[in-house]
Amino acid sequence: MPAAVTLSNPEISRHSATVRVTHWLTVISFLALLITGAEIVVSHPRFYWGEVGNVMTRPAFTLPIPASRDTVPTGYHYVMPDQNGWSRYLHFQAAWVAVLTGSVYGIFGLWSGHFWRDLIPARRDWTWHAFWEVIAKYLRRAPLDEAEAGSYNVVQRCAYITVIFVLFPLVIWTGLAMSPAFTSAFPVTVTALGGRQTARTLHFFISIALVLFVVVHVAMVIHAGFRSRMRGMITGRVSEPAHAIASKESA
Amino acid sequence: MKPISRRRLIAGGVAATAGAVGLSVAARLAQRYGLVPPDHCGVYGPGETLTYASQRLLTRHSLAREFPRSMISTSPFANATPPPNDLFKRHQKSGFLDWKLAVGGMVANPASLSLSDLKTLPVRSQITEIACEEGWSYIAEWIGTPLSEVLKAVGLSPQSRYVAYFSIDKDWWDSIDMADALHPQTLLTWGMNDGDLPVSFGGPLRLRVPRQLGYKSVKYITRLAVTDSLKNLGSGLGSSEPDFGYSWYAGI
Repeated sequence: MPAAVTLSNPEISRHSATVRVTHWLTVISFLALLITGAEIVVSHPRFYWGEVGNVMTRPAFTLPIPASRDTVPTGYHYVMPDQNGWSRYLHFQAAWVAVLTGSVYGIFGLWSGHFWRDLIPARRDWTWHAFWEVIAKYLRRAPLDEAEAGSYNVVQRCAYITVIFVLFPLVIWTGLAMSPAFTSAFPVTVTALGGRQTARTLHFFISIALVLFVVVHVAMVIHAGFRSRMRGMITGRVSEPAHAIASKESA
Repeated sequence: MKPISRRRLIAGGVAATAGAVGLSVAARLAQRYGLVPPDHCGVYGPGETLTYASQRLLTRHSLAREFPRSMISTSPFANATPPPNDLFKRHQKSGFLDWKLAVGGMVANPASLSLSDLKTLPVRSQITEIACEEGWSYIAEWIGTPLSEVLKAVGLSPQSRYVAYFSIDKDWWDSIDMADALHPQTLLTWGMNDGDLPVSFGGPLRLRVPRQLGYKSVKYITRLAVTDSLKNLGSGLGSSEPDFGYSWYAGI
Protein backbone atom coordinates (compact mmCIF):
# COMPACT_ATOMS: atom_id res chain seq x y z
CA MET A 1 0.00 0.00 0.00
CA PRO A 2 1.41 3.46 -0.81
CA ALA A 3 2.56 5.16 2.36
CA ALA A 4 0.81 8.48 1.65
CA VAL A 5 -2.65 7.03 1.98
CA THR A 6 -2.21 5.68 5.50
CA LEU A 7 -1.44 9.04 7.11
CA SER A 8 -4.77 10.51 8.20
CA ASN A 9 -7.25 8.56 6.15
CA PRO A 10 -6.53 4.83 6.37
CA GLU A 11 -8.23 2.89 3.63
CA ILE A 12 -8.88 -0.77 3.28
CA SER A 13 -9.49 -2.67 0.09
CA ARG A 14 -13.12 -3.79 0.14
CA HIS A 15 -14.46 -5.04 -3.21
CA SER A 16 -12.58 -6.49 -6.16
CA ALA A 17 -13.11 -5.01 -9.63
CA THR A 18 -15.09 -8.07 -10.75
CA VAL A 19 -17.47 -7.79 -7.81
CA ARG A 20 -17.99 -4.09 -8.42
CA VAL A 21 -18.59 -4.35 -12.18
CA THR A 22 -20.92 -7.36 -11.85
CA HIS A 23 -22.74 -5.67 -8.96
CA TRP A 24 -23.61 -2.56 -10.99
CA LEU A 25 -24.49 -4.56 -14.12
CA THR A 26 -26.86 -6.57 -11.93
CA VAL A 27 -28.35 -3.36 -10.53
CA ILE A 28 -29.04 -2.04 -14.02
CA SER A 29 -30.49 -5.29 -15.35
CA PHE A 30 -32.55 -5.93 -12.20
CA LEU A 31 -34.06 -2.46 -12.43
CA ALA A 32 -34.94 -3.05 -16.10
CA LEU A 33 -36.40 -6.49 -15.28
CA LEU A 34 -38.45 -5.06 -12.44
CA ILE A 35 -39.98 -2.19 -14.42
CA THR A 36 -40.71 -4.29 -17.52
CA GLY A 37 -41.90 -7.22 -15.38
CA ALA A 38 -44.40 -4.94 -13.65
CA GLU A 39 -45.52 -3.68 -17.06
CA ILE A 40 -46.08 -7.26 -18.28
CA VAL A 41 -48.01 -8.21 -15.12
CA VAL A 42 -50.34 -5.23 -15.62
CA SER A 43 -51.64 -6.82 -18.83
CA HIS A 44 -53.04 -9.70 -16.75
CA PRO A 45 -52.91 -8.99 -12.99
CA ARG A 46 -54.44 -12.37 -12.10
CA PHE A 47 -52.48 -15.37 -10.80
CA TYR A 48 -53.27 -19.09 -10.88
CA TRP A 49 -51.91 -22.40 -9.66
CA GLY A 50 -51.47 -25.38 -11.97
CA GLU A 51 -51.04 -25.64 -15.72
CA VAL A 52 -53.65 -23.27 -17.13
CA GLY A 53 -55.50 -20.13 -16.09
CA ASN A 54 -57.39 -17.38 -17.87
CA VAL A 55 -60.28 -14.99 -17.26
CA MET A 56 -62.73 -17.91 -17.52
CA THR A 57 -61.08 -19.73 -14.59
CA ARG A 58 -60.92 -18.84 -10.92
CA PRO A 59 -57.68 -17.05 -9.98
CA ALA A 60 -55.63 -17.90 -6.88
CA PHE A 61 -55.43 -14.17 -6.25
CA THR A 62 -55.75 -10.92 -8.14
CA LEU A 63 -53.73 -7.74 -7.79
CA PRO A 64 -56.04 -4.82 -6.96
CA ILE A 65 -55.00 -2.75 -9.96
CA PRO A 66 -56.54 -1.92 -13.35
CA ALA A 67 -55.24 -3.97 -16.28
CA SER A 68 -53.76 -2.73 -19.55
CA ARG A 69 -56.14 -4.95 -21.56
CA ASP A 70 -59.90 -4.51 -21.72
CA THR A 71 -60.43 -8.30 -21.82
CA VAL A 72 -59.47 -8.65 -18.14
CA PRO A 73 -62.29 -8.00 -15.65
CA THR A 74 -60.66 -6.00 -12.84
CA GLY A 75 -63.62 -4.06 -11.45
CA TYR A 76 -62.05 -0.79 -12.61
CA HIS A 77 -63.61 1.14 -15.45
CA TYR A 78 -60.20 2.12 -16.63
CA VAL A 79 -57.71 0.42 -18.94
CA MET A 80 -54.07 1.29 -18.39
CA PRO A 81 -51.82 2.17 -21.33
CA ASP A 82 -50.38 -0.97 -22.88
CA GLN A 83 -46.57 -1.02 -23.13
CA ASN A 84 -45.98 -4.75 -23.44
CA GLY A 85 -44.08 -4.70 -26.75
CA TRP A 86 -40.89 -2.93 -25.73
CA SER A 87 -41.30 -4.20 -22.16
CA ARG A 88 -41.01 -7.79 -23.36
CA TYR A 89 -38.04 -6.97 -25.62
CA LEU A 90 -36.25 -5.24 -22.73
CA HIS A 91 -37.24 -7.89 -20.17
CA PHE A 92 -35.50 -10.66 -22.10
CA GLN A 93 -32.52 -8.53 -23.07
CA ALA A 94 -32.02 -7.53 -19.42
CA ALA A 95 -32.43 -11.19 -18.44
CA TRP A 96 -29.53 -12.04 -20.74
CA VAL A 97 -27.39 -9.30 -19.15
CA ALA A 98 -28.29 -10.63 -15.69
CA VAL A 99 -27.58 -14.26 -16.61
CA LEU A 100 -24.28 -13.51 -18.36
CA THR A 101 -23.20 -11.21 -15.52
CA GLY A 102 -24.18 -13.88 -13.01
CA SER A 103 -22.15 -16.48 -14.90
CA VAL A 104 -19.05 -14.28 -14.86
CA TYR A 105 -19.59 -13.59 -11.16
CA GLY A 106 -20.19 -17.28 -10.40
CA ILE A 107 -17.03 -18.42 -12.15
CA PHE A 108 -15.06 -15.63 -10.51
CA GLY A 109 -16.51 -16.45 -7.08
CA LEU A 110 -15.50 -20.09 -7.29
CA TRP A 111 -12.13 -19.46 -8.88
CA SER A 112 -10.95 -16.58 -6.70
CA GLY A 113 -12.23 -17.95 -3.42
CA HIS A 114 -14.61 -14.97 -3.06
CA PHE A 115 -17.52 -17.23 -2.07
CA TRP A 116 -15.56 -19.04 0.66
CA ARG A 117 -13.80 -15.95 1.92
CA ASP A 118 -16.59 -13.37 1.83
CA LEU A 119 -19.94 -15.18 1.74
CA ILE A 120 -19.91 -18.56 3.48
CA PRO A 121 -20.18 -17.86 7.22
CA ALA A 122 -17.31 -19.04 9.41
CA ARG A 123 -17.89 -22.35 11.18
CA ARG A 124 -18.30 -20.70 14.59
CA ASP A 125 -21.09 -18.48 13.20
CA TRP A 126 -23.33 -21.41 12.30
CA THR A 127 -25.45 -20.86 15.41
CA TRP A 128 -28.70 -19.08 16.14
CA HIS A 129 -26.88 -17.21 18.86
CA ALA A 130 -24.39 -15.64 16.45
CA PHE A 131 -27.23 -14.78 14.08
CA TRP A 132 -29.36 -13.26 16.85
CA GLU A 133 -26.47 -11.25 18.20
CA VAL A 134 -26.14 -9.39 14.89
CA ILE A 135 -29.89 -8.84 14.61
CA ALA A 136 -30.00 -7.49 18.17
CA LYS A 137 -27.18 -5.13 17.36
CA TYR A 138 -29.05 -3.81 14.34
CA LEU A 139 -32.19 -3.38 16.45
CA ARG A 140 -30.25 -1.38 19.05
CA ARG A 141 -28.86 0.67 16.14
CA ALA A 142 -25.45 0.17 17.68
CA PRO A 143 -22.49 1.65 15.79
CA LEU A 144 -20.65 -0.77 13.54
CA ASP A 145 -17.47 -2.29 14.87
CA GLU A 146 -14.14 -2.50 13.17
CA ALA A 147 -14.74 -5.76 11.35
CA GLU A 148 -17.89 -4.44 9.66
CA ALA A 149 -16.00 -2.16 7.29
CA GLY A 150 -13.86 -4.95 5.89
CA SER A 151 -16.07 -8.00 5.93
CA TYR A 152 -19.66 -9.24 6.15
CA ASN A 153 -21.32 -10.44 9.35
CA VAL A 154 -23.27 -13.69 9.49
CA VAL A 155 -26.66 -12.11 8.72
CA GLN A 156 -25.32 -10.31 5.68
CA ARG A 157 -23.64 -13.51 4.50
CA CYS A 158 -26.88 -15.47 4.83
CA ALA A 159 -28.83 -12.78 2.97
CA TYR A 160 -26.34 -12.64 0.10
CA ILE A 161 -26.12 -16.44 -0.13
CA THR A 162 -29.91 -16.68 -0.30
CA VAL A 163 -30.10 -14.09 -3.07
CA ILE A 164 -27.18 -15.43 -5.10
CA PHE A 165 -27.68 -19.18 -4.75
CA VAL A 166 -31.44 -19.49 -4.18
CA LEU A 167 -33.51 -16.53 -5.41
CA PHE A 168 -31.61 -15.71 -8.61
CA PRO A 169 -31.47 -19.36 -9.82
CA LEU A 170 -35.17 -19.78 -8.94
CA VAL A 171 -36.26 -16.63 -10.75
CA ILE A 172 -34.35 -17.74 -13.87
CA TRP A 173 -35.79 -21.25 -13.66
CA THR A 174 -39.40 -20.11 -13.21
CA GLY A 175 -38.91 -17.64 -16.07
CA LEU A 176 -37.64 -20.34 -18.43
CA ALA A 177 -40.47 -22.64 -17.30
CA MET A 178 -42.89 -20.21 -18.98
CA SER A 179 -41.17 -20.55 -22.37
CA PRO A 180 -43.08 -22.88 -24.71
CA ALA A 181 -39.90 -23.49 -26.75
CA PHE A 182 -37.57 -24.11 -23.79
CA THR A 183 -40.05 -26.47 -22.13
CA SER A 184 -40.47 -28.39 -25.38
CA ALA A 185 -36.82 -29.40 -25.04
CA PHE A 186 -36.80 -29.64 -21.22
CA PRO A 187 -40.38 -30.42 -20.12
CA VAL A 188 -39.31 -31.38 -16.59
CA THR A 189 -38.43 -27.74 -15.90
CA VAL A 190 -42.14 -26.91 -15.85
CA THR A 191 -43.73 -30.23 -14.80
CA ALA A 192 -41.50 -30.33 -11.68
CA LEU A 193 -43.01 -27.00 -10.63
CA GLY A 194 -46.58 -28.16 -11.21
CA GLY A 195 -47.43 -26.31 -14.41
CA ARG A 196 -46.98 -23.12 -16.38
CA GLN A 197 -49.29 -20.96 -14.26
CA THR A 198 -47.59 -22.14 -11.06
CA ALA A 199 -44.27 -21.15 -12.63
CA ARG A 200 -45.67 -17.69 -13.42
CA THR A 201 -47.05 -17.22 -9.88
CA LEU A 202 -43.74 -18.36 -8.33
CA HIS A 203 -41.84 -16.04 -10.69
CA PHE A 204 -43.94 -13.19 -9.29
CA PHE A 205 -43.36 -14.16 -5.62
CA ILE A 206 -39.61 -14.61 -6.10
CA SER A 207 -39.44 -11.19 -7.75
CA ILE A 208 -41.23 -9.73 -4.71
CA ALA A 209 -38.67 -11.46 -2.45
CA LEU A 210 -35.85 -9.92 -4.50
CA VAL A 211 -37.46 -6.48 -4.21
CA LEU A 212 -37.71 -6.93 -0.43
CA PHE A 213 -34.04 -7.83 -0.35
CA VAL A 214 -33.17 -4.68 -2.31
CA VAL A 215 -35.20 -2.52 0.09
CA VAL A 216 -33.44 -3.97 3.15
CA HIS A 217 -30.07 -3.90 1.37
CA VAL A 218 -30.38 -0.20 0.52
CA ALA A 219 -31.68 0.59 4.03
CA MET A 220 -28.63 -1.15 5.55
CA VAL A 221 -26.29 0.68 3.18
CA ILE A 222 -27.79 3.94 4.41
CA HIS A 223 -27.47 2.76 8.03
CA ALA A 224 -23.81 1.83 7.52
CA GLY A 225 -23.04 5.14 5.83
CA PHE A 226 -24.33 5.71 2.32
CA ARG A 227 -21.35 7.67 1.03
CA SER A 228 -18.72 5.31 2.36
CA ARG A 229 -20.52 2.16 1.17
CA MET A 230 -21.24 3.60 -2.27
CA ARG A 231 -17.61 4.62 -2.49
CA GLY A 232 -16.65 1.07 -1.54
CA MET A 233 -18.74 -0.44 -4.30
CA ILE A 234 -17.59 2.13 -6.89
CA THR A 235 -13.88 2.60 -6.15
CA GLY A 236 -13.32 -0.64 -4.26
CA ARG A 237 -11.90 1.08 -1.17
CA VAL A 238 -13.43 2.19 2.12
CA SER A 239 -11.91 4.26 4.89
CA GLU A 240 -11.98 2.68 8.30
CA PRO A 241 -14.62 4.13 10.62
CA ALA A 242 -13.33 6.77 13.05
CA HIS A 243 -14.25 4.85 16.18
CA ALA A 244 -12.46 1.80 14.83
CA ILE A 245 -9.31 3.84 14.40
CA ALA A 246 -9.80 5.28 17.88
CA SER A 247 -10.15 1.85 19.43
CA LYS A 248 -7.07 0.67 17.58
CA GLU A 249 -5.05 3.60 18.88
CA SER A 250 -6.19 3.14 22.46
CA ALA A 251 -5.41 -0.55 22.32
CA MET B 1 -2.98 5.07 -12.04
CA LYS B 2 -0.26 2.63 -12.96
CA PRO B 3 1.39 3.18 -16.35
CA ILE B 4 0.47 0.43 -18.79
CA SER B 5 3.40 -1.87 -19.45
CA ARG B 6 4.34 -2.97 -22.95
CA ARG B 7 3.50 -6.57 -22.07
CA ARG B 8 -0.01 -5.58 -20.95
CA LEU B 9 -0.53 -3.44 -24.02
CA ILE B 10 0.42 -6.31 -26.35
CA ALA B 11 -1.68 -8.82 -24.40
CA GLY B 12 -4.65 -6.44 -24.45
CA GLY B 13 -4.25 -5.82 -28.16
CA VAL B 14 -4.08 -9.55 -28.93
CA ALA B 15 -7.13 -10.21 -26.74
CA ALA B 16 -9.13 -7.39 -28.38
CA THR B 17 -8.22 -8.60 -31.89
CA ALA B 18 -9.08 -12.21 -31.01
CA GLY B 19 -12.39 -11.01 -29.56
CA ALA B 20 -13.27 -8.98 -32.65
CA VAL B 21 -12.31 -11.85 -35.00
CA GLY B 22 -14.24 -14.32 -32.82
CA LEU B 23 -17.34 -12.10 -32.86
CA SER B 24 -17.28 -11.66 -36.64
CA VAL B 25 -16.79 -15.43 -37.17
CA ALA B 26 -19.69 -16.08 -34.77
CA ALA B 27 -21.85 -13.59 -36.69
CA ARG B 28 -21.01 -15.28 -40.03
CA LEU B 29 -21.77 -18.75 -38.63
CA ALA B 30 -25.00 -17.51 -37.05
CA GLN B 31 -26.14 -16.04 -40.40
CA ARG B 32 -25.25 -19.24 -42.22
CA TYR B 33 -27.09 -21.55 -39.83
CA GLY B 34 -30.15 -19.33 -39.55
CA LEU B 35 -29.60 -18.14 -35.99
CA VAL B 36 -30.26 -14.44 -36.63
CA PRO B 37 -33.88 -13.21 -36.36
CA PRO B 38 -35.20 -10.62 -38.85
CA ASP B 39 -35.62 -8.06 -36.05
CA HIS B 40 -31.97 -8.33 -34.99
CA CYS B 41 -31.28 -4.63 -35.52
CA GLY B 42 -31.88 -1.92 -32.96
CA VAL B 43 -31.35 -1.70 -29.22
CA TYR B 44 -33.07 -4.99 -28.41
CA GLY B 45 -31.32 -6.89 -31.22
CA PRO B 46 -28.62 -8.52 -29.05
CA GLY B 47 -31.18 -10.00 -26.63
CA GLU B 48 -33.44 -11.19 -29.46
CA THR B 49 -30.54 -12.78 -31.32
CA LEU B 50 -29.22 -14.54 -28.20
CA THR B 51 -32.67 -15.91 -27.38
CA TYR B 52 -33.45 -17.03 -30.92
CA ALA B 53 -30.00 -18.53 -31.56
CA SER B 54 -29.82 -20.44 -28.28
CA GLN B 55 -33.38 -21.75 -28.58
CA ARG B 56 -32.81 -22.81 -32.19
CA LEU B 57 -29.74 -24.75 -31.10
CA LEU B 58 -31.63 -26.37 -28.20
CA THR B 59 -35.09 -26.88 -29.68
CA ARG B 60 -34.80 -27.47 -33.43
CA HIS B 61 -36.66 -30.80 -33.27
CA SER B 62 -38.18 -30.88 -29.79
CA LEU B 63 -41.94 -31.33 -29.47
CA ALA B 64 -44.21 -28.96 -27.55
CA ARG B 65 -45.71 -30.59 -24.48
CA GLU B 66 -48.87 -32.57 -25.15
CA PHE B 67 -51.49 -33.24 -22.50
CA PRO B 68 -54.00 -35.97 -21.65
CA ARG B 69 -57.58 -35.48 -22.80
CA SER B 70 -58.64 -34.93 -19.18
CA MET B 71 -56.64 -31.67 -19.10
CA ILE B 72 -58.49 -29.99 -21.96
CA SER B 73 -59.81 -26.66 -20.63
CA THR B 74 -63.57 -26.77 -20.21
CA SER B 75 -63.85 -23.02 -20.70
CA PRO B 76 -61.11 -21.82 -23.02
CA PHE B 77 -60.78 -18.09 -23.54
CA ALA B 78 -61.22 -16.85 -27.12
CA ASN B 79 -59.46 -13.50 -26.53
CA ALA B 80 -60.41 -10.32 -28.30
CA THR B 81 -60.41 -10.73 -32.07
CA PRO B 82 -60.47 -7.91 -34.56
CA PRO B 83 -63.99 -7.70 -35.96
CA PRO B 84 -64.04 -9.90 -39.09
CA ASN B 85 -64.44 -7.68 -42.16
CA ASP B 86 -67.27 -7.80 -44.74
CA LEU B 87 -65.42 -10.30 -46.90
CA PHE B 88 -65.12 -12.61 -43.89
CA LYS B 89 -68.81 -12.19 -43.09
CA ARG B 90 -69.74 -13.24 -46.64
CA HIS B 91 -67.58 -16.38 -46.23
CA GLN B 92 -69.19 -17.05 -42.87
CA LYS B 93 -72.68 -16.82 -44.40
CA SER B 94 -71.82 -19.46 -47.01
CA GLY B 95 -70.35 -21.79 -44.39
CA PHE B 96 -66.75 -21.13 -45.54
CA LEU B 97 -67.32 -23.34 -48.62
CA ASP B 98 -65.37 -20.87 -50.79
CA TRP B 99 -62.57 -20.27 -48.24
CA LYS B 100 -59.31 -20.68 -50.08
CA LEU B 101 -55.71 -20.98 -48.93
CA ALA B 102 -53.35 -19.62 -51.58
CA VAL B 103 -49.86 -21.11 -51.41
CA GLY B 104 -47.18 -19.29 -53.38
CA GLY B 105 -43.67 -17.96 -53.39
CA MET B 106 -40.69 -20.30 -53.74
CA VAL B 107 -42.66 -23.45 -54.50
CA ALA B 108 -42.73 -25.67 -57.61
CA ASN B 109 -46.54 -25.75 -57.94
CA PRO B 110 -48.38 -22.75 -56.48
CA ALA B 111 -51.82 -23.88 -55.37
CA SER B 112 -55.13 -22.67 -54.05
CA LEU B 113 -56.60 -25.11 -51.54
CA SER B 114 -60.12 -25.25 -50.16
CA LEU B 115 -60.77 -26.54 -46.65
CA SER B 116 -61.86 -29.89 -48.07
CA ASP B 117 -58.66 -30.05 -50.17
CA LEU B 118 -56.69 -29.55 -46.95
CA LYS B 119 -58.60 -32.34 -45.26
CA THR B 120 -57.58 -34.84 -47.97
CA LEU B 121 -53.96 -34.43 -46.84
CA PRO B 122 -52.71 -36.31 -43.74
CA VAL B 123 -54.37 -35.04 -40.58
CA ARG B 124 -52.89 -34.61 -37.13
CA SER B 125 -54.58 -33.85 -33.86
CA GLN B 126 -52.78 -32.82 -30.70
CA ILE B 127 -53.64 -31.54 -27.24
CA THR B 128 -51.39 -28.57 -26.55
CA GLU B 129 -51.43 -25.42 -24.46
CA ILE B 130 -51.75 -21.99 -26.00
CA ALA B 131 -50.11 -19.30 -23.90
CA CYS B 132 -50.70 -15.61 -24.46
CA GLU B 133 -47.90 -13.08 -23.98
CA GLU B 134 -50.18 -11.47 -21.36
CA GLY B 135 -49.72 -14.54 -19.15
CA TRP B 136 -52.93 -16.56 -19.40
CA SER B 137 -53.26 -19.95 -21.09
CA TYR B 138 -55.59 -22.82 -21.89
CA ILE B 139 -55.33 -26.35 -23.25
CA ALA B 140 -57.31 -27.57 -26.26
CA GLU B 141 -57.23 -30.32 -28.80
CA TRP B 142 -56.23 -28.88 -32.16
CA ILE B 143 -57.01 -30.80 -35.34
CA GLY B 144 -55.53 -29.87 -38.69
CA THR B 145 -53.21 -30.47 -41.58
CA PRO B 146 -49.52 -30.16 -40.73
CA LEU B 147 -48.04 -27.19 -42.59
CA SER B 148 -45.20 -29.52 -43.64
CA GLU B 149 -47.70 -31.68 -45.59
CA VAL B 150 -48.95 -28.67 -47.55
CA LEU B 151 -45.39 -27.54 -48.26
CA LYS B 152 -44.48 -31.06 -49.40
CA ALA B 153 -47.51 -31.15 -51.71
CA VAL B 154 -46.58 -27.90 -53.47
CA GLY B 155 -42.87 -28.72 -53.74
CA LEU B 156 -40.61 -26.65 -51.52
CA SER B 157 -37.59 -24.95 -53.06
CA PRO B 158 -34.31 -25.81 -51.30
CA GLN B 159 -33.56 -22.06 -50.96
CA SER B 160 -36.66 -21.42 -48.87
CA ARG B 161 -35.97 -20.11 -45.37
CA TYR B 162 -39.26 -18.69 -44.10
CA VAL B 163 -42.97 -19.20 -44.50
CA ALA B 164 -45.06 -16.05 -44.22
CA TYR B 165 -48.75 -16.44 -43.43
CA PHE B 166 -51.50 -13.88 -43.92
CA SER B 167 -54.94 -13.52 -42.38
CA ILE B 168 -57.99 -12.18 -44.21
CA ASP B 169 -57.24 -8.91 -42.41
CA LYS B 170 -54.40 -7.50 -44.50
CA ASP B 171 -52.69 -5.89 -41.49
CA TRP B 172 -52.40 -9.20 -39.64
CA TRP B 173 -49.64 -11.46 -40.86
CA ASP B 174 -46.62 -13.24 -39.51
CA SER B 175 -43.82 -15.62 -40.49
CA ILE B 176 -41.82 -18.54 -39.10
CA ASP B 177 -38.52 -20.12 -40.03
CA MET B 178 -38.27 -23.57 -41.63
CA ALA B 179 -37.56 -25.24 -38.27
CA ASP B 180 -41.06 -24.27 -37.16
CA ALA B 181 -42.68 -24.50 -40.62
CA LEU B 182 -41.59 -28.13 -41.08
CA HIS B 183 -42.17 -29.00 -37.42
CA PRO B 184 -44.71 -31.83 -37.09
CA GLN B 185 -46.84 -29.89 -34.58
CA THR B 186 -47.24 -26.77 -36.71
CA LEU B 187 -50.81 -27.23 -37.91
CA LEU B 188 -53.11 -25.49 -40.34
CA THR B 189 -55.86 -25.99 -37.82
CA TRP B 190 -59.51 -26.37 -38.84
CA GLY B 191 -60.84 -28.40 -35.89
CA MET B 192 -60.87 -27.91 -32.13
CA ASN B 193 -62.01 -30.31 -29.41
CA ASP B 194 -63.73 -32.73 -31.83
CA GLY B 195 -65.64 -30.00 -33.72
CA ASP B 196 -64.99 -27.34 -36.33
CA LEU B 197 -62.65 -24.58 -35.20
CA PRO B 198 -65.01 -21.84 -33.92
CA VAL B 199 -64.67 -18.37 -35.49
CA SER B 200 -63.75 -16.84 -32.13
CA PHE B 201 -60.78 -19.23 -31.91
CA GLY B 202 -59.63 -18.50 -35.47
CA GLY B 203 -61.95 -20.61 -37.60
CA PRO B 204 -62.18 -21.62 -40.32
CA LEU B 205 -58.37 -21.79 -40.53
CA ARG B 206 -55.69 -20.87 -38.01
CA LEU B 207 -51.98 -21.62 -38.10
CA ARG B 208 -51.11 -23.08 -34.70
CA VAL B 209 -47.42 -22.78 -33.78
CA PRO B 210 -47.41 -24.44 -30.35
CA ARG B 211 -43.74 -23.81 -29.54
CA GLN B 212 -44.33 -20.06 -29.62
CA LEU B 213 -46.64 -17.68 -27.79
CA GLY B 214 -50.26 -17.31 -28.89
CA TYR B 215 -49.75 -14.23 -31.05
CA LYS B 216 -47.79 -16.29 -33.58
CA SER B 217 -50.90 -18.43 -34.12
CA VAL B 218 -52.60 -16.04 -36.56
CA LYS B 219 -56.32 -16.54 -37.14
CA TYR B 220 -58.32 -16.60 -40.44
CA ILE B 221 -55.45 -17.69 -42.70
CA THR B 222 -55.93 -17.14 -46.44
CA ARG B 223 -52.41 -17.10 -47.89
CA LEU B 224 -48.98 -18.66 -47.42
CA ALA B 225 -45.80 -17.33 -49.05
CA VAL B 226 -42.57 -19.31 -49.02
CA THR B 227 -39.53 -17.05 -49.22
CA ASP B 228 -35.78 -16.89 -48.69
CA SER B 229 -35.92 -13.37 -47.23
CA LEU B 230 -38.38 -11.32 -45.21
CA LYS B 231 -36.87 -7.99 -46.25
CA ASN B 232 -39.53 -7.17 -48.82
CA LEU B 233 -42.55 -8.07 -46.71
CA GLY B 234 -44.12 -5.22 -44.76
CA SER B 235 -41.43 -3.26 -42.96
CA GLY B 236 -39.01 -6.18 -43.33
CA LEU B 237 -39.18 -7.35 -39.74
CA GLY B 238 -40.91 -10.65 -40.47
CA SER B 239 -44.43 -9.93 -39.29
CA SER B 240 -46.90 -7.21 -38.45
CA GLU B 241 -46.04 -7.78 -34.75
CA PRO B 242 -42.76 -5.81 -34.75
CA ASP B 243 -44.78 -2.90 -36.16
CA PHE B 244 -46.79 -3.03 -32.93
CA GLY B 245 -43.52 -3.36 -31.00
CA TYR B 246 -43.58 -7.14 -30.45
CA SER B 247 -40.70 -9.48 -31.16
CA TRP B 248 -40.76 -11.72 -34.21
CA TYR B 249 -39.57 -14.82 -32.36
CA ALA B 250 -41.93 -15.69 -29.52
CA GLY B 251 -40.52 -18.95 -28.19
CA ILE B 252 -39.45 -16.73 -25.23
